[in-house]
Amino acid sequence: MSDHETDTDVETIETLPLDAWHRERGARMVPFAGYHMPIQYEGILAEHAWTRENAGLFDVSHMGQLMVTGDGAAEALEALMPGDFSALKPGRIRYSLLLDEHGGILDDLMVTNVTPPDAAAPEYYLVVNGATKWEDIGHLREHLPDEITLSHLDERALLALQGPKAAAALDRIVPGVADTLVFMQGTSVEWQGVQLGVARSGYTGEDGFELSVPADKAVALADALVAFDEVKPIGLGARDSLRLEAGLPLYGHDITEDTDPVAADLTFAISKARREQGGFPAADKILDTLAKGPSAKRVGMTIEGRMAAREGAPVFAGQAQVGQVTSGGFAPTVGGPIAMGYVESGHAMSGTKLQIEVRGKMLEATVTDMPFVPHRYHRKKKA
Amino acid sequence: MTTYFTKDHEWISVDGPLGTVGITDYAQEQLGDITFVELPGEGDSIAKGDSVSVVDSVKAASDVYTPVSGEVREANAALADEPELVNSKPEGEGWLFKVLLSDAAELDGLMDEAAYKAYVESL
Repeated sequence: MSDHETDTDVETIETLPLDAWHRERGARMVPFAGYHMPIQYEGILAEHAWTRENAGLFDVSHMGQLMVTGDGAAEALEALMPGDFSALKPGRIRYSLLLDEHGGILDDLMVTNVTPPDAAAPEYYLVVNGATKWEDIGHLREHLPDEITLSHLDERALLALQGPKAAAALDRIVPGVADTLVFMQGTSVEWQGVQLGVARSGYTGEDGFELSVPADKAVALADALVAFDEVKPIGLGARDSLRLEAGLPLYGHDITEDTDPVAADLTFAISKARREQGGFPAADKILDTLAKGPSAKRVGMTIEGRMAAREGAPVFAGQAQVGQVTSGGFAPTVGGPIAMGYVESGHAMSGTKLQIEVRGKMLEATVTDMPFVPHRYHRKKKA
Repeated sequence: MTTYFTKDHEWISVDGPLGTVGITDYAQEQLGDITFVELPGEGDSIAKGDSVSVVDSVKAASDVYTPVSGEVREANAALADEPELVNSKPEGEGWLFKVLLSDAAELDGLMDEAAYKAYVESL
């Protein structure tokens, strides 16, 4: 037997604060984004289902946590991304895109305004992808004005608590905090004498939180959370199947430097004000594509049968290749194979019948609205 | 009945001229949850080392190579509805296919259970 897919290039593999913690709990560790990361504990299907029904604890400490501060920080970020950060209130989070001069996507990221009420200058907290963080830091250092400070918070770990029971679990650790936040809001609290960043966000389609914690308290926080019956540690394997069902793109696969925000169907990340003002990288080109429509578009596809289509599989309409799969696999909650990929715009409408070639076989596929599994984000405060 | 193993983690259990092939417990453990198995067709002629089956897990697809040459006599139909049998009973009900051996001498190059066990421990 041999795998058709292999992992990333093996360079120097580093360990993260929870490395031993994962191994003690039976995790299978794999190299990912330069770190040893837990791919699974008891099995992806069980971990996936657990997260959809209870609460899963994910270690995402490989991701980059950055702080951008200084007078004019919002405007400086707006020069590099299409988000309206000047209008982003403290405690609010925006999904955004770091764009190159051609409008290609260098990374997708979360930007939170974390400016304290008495601060002298605005402060923005960024969470970027692990595989791209060093390039991101280089790009930001190169392009941010000298008066703006960029710090890499590499002494902090990042945990994600995701699932319908995440809020109840978090409430027992930091009572009341969950109630103060709705989806895409963040705050800072004290926990065991340290500062804990709490953001109501995640990458599973479920309600949940991302918790930024000093590295030397990461084990204590993870222990405190998995002590609850409804919380189990979950590996990156299930994180990937959950995000695929949620219709969320994975950087390096579904979006790259070669994709623009419009083709990637991420136009919601281009704020209304920025569409009017422009001023972000390749704004003219991107706004032109937005007006005319892209030649190809990121879509979801459901596949008949049980055979999965993986990244790279060509997509056909009859004899003509009209696209390619960028990520795909068996979707545990859907109960069948699903895929995400780019197809020519004429074939991108929901309900369009297409074929995907896998190992010489043509699989019947249907363009399907995403998410494949409805999001359960906590959008409104309780009355 | 004698069982032989390959370095690619297939097993073959031989009863007279007929061999039953599957993947080892070690292999299924490495692959994780199996969601689909692509099997060879009955009557197919296969040659030792050919990729004749694909085991799809949640994460990836993996080739299964036939340890012997011959003709496929039966593919395990139960796997269509229950691919997870390869996880739960890899060396039993989770077998993949039966092959009529064309050259029994090919078995000489395979490992016995003790040798395979030692091989896995060396990985």
